[in-house]
Amino acid sequence: MEWPVARLLPLLVIIPLAGAFLTPVAALLKAGRFCAVIALATTAVLLALSAATFAGPPVAVAWIGGWVGTSDPGSVTGIAMVCDGFTRLMLMIVSVVAFFATLFSMSYMRRYERVGLYYALILLMIAGMNGVILSGDLFNIYVFLEVAAVASYGLVGYGVESEELEASFKYLVLSAIASAFILLGIGVVYNLTGTLNLAQVAGAVRTLGENNALWVATGLFIAGFGLKAAMVPFHAWLPDAHPSAPAPVSAMLSGVLIKATGVYVLARLVFNVLGATGASGTLLITLGMASMLVGVLLAVEQWDLKRLLAYHSISQMGYVVLALGIGVEAHVKGAYAVAALAVFGGLFHMMNHALFKSLLFLCSGSVVYGTGTRDLHKLGGMGVKMPLTSMCTRIASLSISGVPPFNGFFSKLIITIAVVWAGHPILGLLTVLVSFVTLLSFTKVQRYVIHGSVPKRLSEVRESPVLMGISLAALAVMCLGAGLLLPVYKGTILDPARDALLNGLGYVTSVFGG
Amino acid sequence: MTAHGFLPYVLCVLLFAVGIYAIAVKKNLVKIIIGVVILETSVNAFLVLLGYRVPESGDAVAPIITPALNGQAFLQRSVDPVPQALILTAIVIGLSVVALMVVMAVRLYEKYGTFDLTKIRKLRG
Amino acid sequence: MRGMTLIVKTTAGFLIGFVVLFGFYVVLTGHISPGGGFAGGVVLAAGLVLVILAFGADTVKKRLGHNLAVVWESLGAIGFLAVATLGFAAGSFFSQFLPLNEGFKLFTGGAMPLSNIAIGIKVGAGLFGAFLMLAVFRASEARVRKGKGGQR
Repeated sequence: MEWPVARLLPLLVIIPLAGAFLTPVAALLKAGRFCAVIALATTAVLLALSAATFAGPPVAVAWIGGWVGTSDPGSVTGIAMVCDGFTRLMLMIVSVVAFFATLFSMSYMRRYERVGLYYALILLMIAGMNGVILSGDLFNIYVFLEVAAVASYGLVGYGVESEELEASFKYLVLSAIASAFILLGIGVVYNLTGTLNLAQVAGAVRTLGENNALWVATGLFIAGFGLKAAMVPFHAWLPDAHPSAPAPVSAMLSGVLIKATGVYVLARLVFNVLGATGASGTLLITLGMASMLVGVLLAVEQWDLKRLLAYHSISQMGYVVLALGIGVEAHVKGAYAVAALAVFGGLFHMMNHALFKSLLFLCSGSVVYGTGTRDLHKLGGMGVKMPLTSMCTRIASLSISGVPPFNGFFSKLIITIAVVWAGHPILGLLTVLVSFVTLLSFTKVQRYVIHGSVPKRLSEVRESPVLMGISLAALAVMCLGAGLLLPVYKGTILDPARDALLNGLGYVTSVFGG
Repeated sequence: MTAHGFLPYVLCVLLFAVGIYAIAVKKNLVKIIIGVVILETSVNAFLVLLGYRVPESGDAVAPIITPALNGQAFLQRSVDPVPQALILTAIVIGLSVVALMVVMAVRLYEKYGTFDLTKIRKLRG
Repeated sequence: MRGMTLIVKTTAGFLIGFVVLFGFYVVLTGHISPGGGFAGGVVLAAGLVLVILAFGADTVKKRLGHNLAVVWESLGAIGFLAVATLGFAAGSFFSQFLPLNEGFKLFTGGAMPLSNIAIGIKVGAGLFGAFLMLAVFRASEARVRKGKGGQR
């Protein structure tokens, strides 16, 4: 394309925003199906644009309004949108999951009213997430974070069932506290460096070195974004909020929201902006380990399918944060090979988790659509009645448990090797243990959902509609392909992301060109 | 550092703590919402205070450019306008979040007939 | 929701014009003096809320209903996006494509007054819609139909 990639970047935010505001008007004109088509077209265009960002310079910077700045914090304060390797990985994850979730919801949401509102909120959430991923400015991250979060509040409380209202309220309050922490951290960083642009802050931090205010800011950011990413001890909202939402929304919340607004910003800030320090590494390792253990141990005893999946989200996000923490620690110690492997494992697992967790939630949505229940006690024998859903559930369960040749196996293996290589053999053992318990938990899921005899009241259950089946199958194929085709796409998608993160405070040179 | 030392900052942090206390301890939904509002207000106040600049001569003025206060004189005397722009946005965001919370609370009241969080949990069973 | 007494209705009818005018003033001079899109939008919403409060929702439901709020809100947002995208034509996204003349005059400031107007419309309609949902329409009107078994 002759347009430089930099001019493309604002489109990734404008297009879902425009879609989100056209949808209520279309709903008002009683064209309900048209809303779904608008949403699907928007996500398809976003998928194409995200793929198009790969053809361009390694770091594409778009300055809003043409106010170009330099690396000096005293220069003109422009707002930048930056697209480097890590951004491209996140854009691909968000676009793929959003596309298939929207495709799924075209059939699934037919059972609900006020569908125009639903599509508007989904598109707003996508716009917010794209904005967070693309933004090169600290306050822009906060604004788009809030846009995505407010849209998700609306989506979680979409119905008027009793459990959802409480879950939505708890999610709202906890998320508001997180946003307050984040804003406080932004204030501290602004006071310290005099600028809000991420690259300029990185440059200023590089000259400042260690500073007490930086500790405070790092702590506040880890608390705030850790809550958004559902790290233990801030995980209390996720097991209530994610099951209450409709299934495609749960897929998007668990699949991309906690990554784009939680782990992505955490990684970006800790590595590129605030500088990797020993304390932040240890903190991330502790949080990651705790999340892994608590998540999986609490998940084993669940009998509600979606609640079980939500607890597993906490656990798998713990894997990613653990890997990133090991990367930070190794980076500080100077063991660059270890850091590279750990960060690669973390990013790969993040991508895999987006794929198989959204597949799991969409499968659960398919089961709910067909049977009307998500209680594992009441399910059974879906292998006979819903073959496609059962196959996809099985594939996703094997992926998340880390069984070869699916993608989960490779990413968990890489993370475990990196943990052991970094000199934490006990943590490596715990990682394998958690993986084993995950396998246990999903064997239970498979036993109760797929195998067993069909209960009497579910004897007329049929397979889900075609559109839902297509999204399930496509995601399942990607789960298989992401593992086997790793050498093919690793160079274009994953390696630049890892290098962008490990560049550390050199972010300032990559954005401003030296 | 403001004209009164660190006291305004300490008061902001105190307000923050009050907000957290209200959210964590109170059982009434409306009081929790008020706690969130106090929390957000304290963070906004903290940000505005960060922008205070003490000029060499005269008093600090608000960052409004008028024909009388233009150019170099403005730069020397006004406070930092960036945090004020930040909190404008933050106030709007806080407003929409609190509006959503109030809607949720009204729905919960219609469902359960009470604003008390413990009673709602008991009713849910 | 019934209206209020005759005194309130007469006074409100007299004041609403001034309130809305003030709202427009704050929106339009956003680039010269403090105010701008959001603050002016809030004042506009306050004027509309005054209409509903004084005259009762039933009498005005047809003219100032929920549909109006939704349509104008979307129009305001799309207007804002259009202004931002038109900036593409003059270089980069959101640049000032109208001339920035010398300060303190009304027709200066590039694209800022246009975006202020769009934001003012959006915020006014949005806050008015929020008021309608909270105070006039009950949540029970927004029930979601259940599917088989009622879970999701």
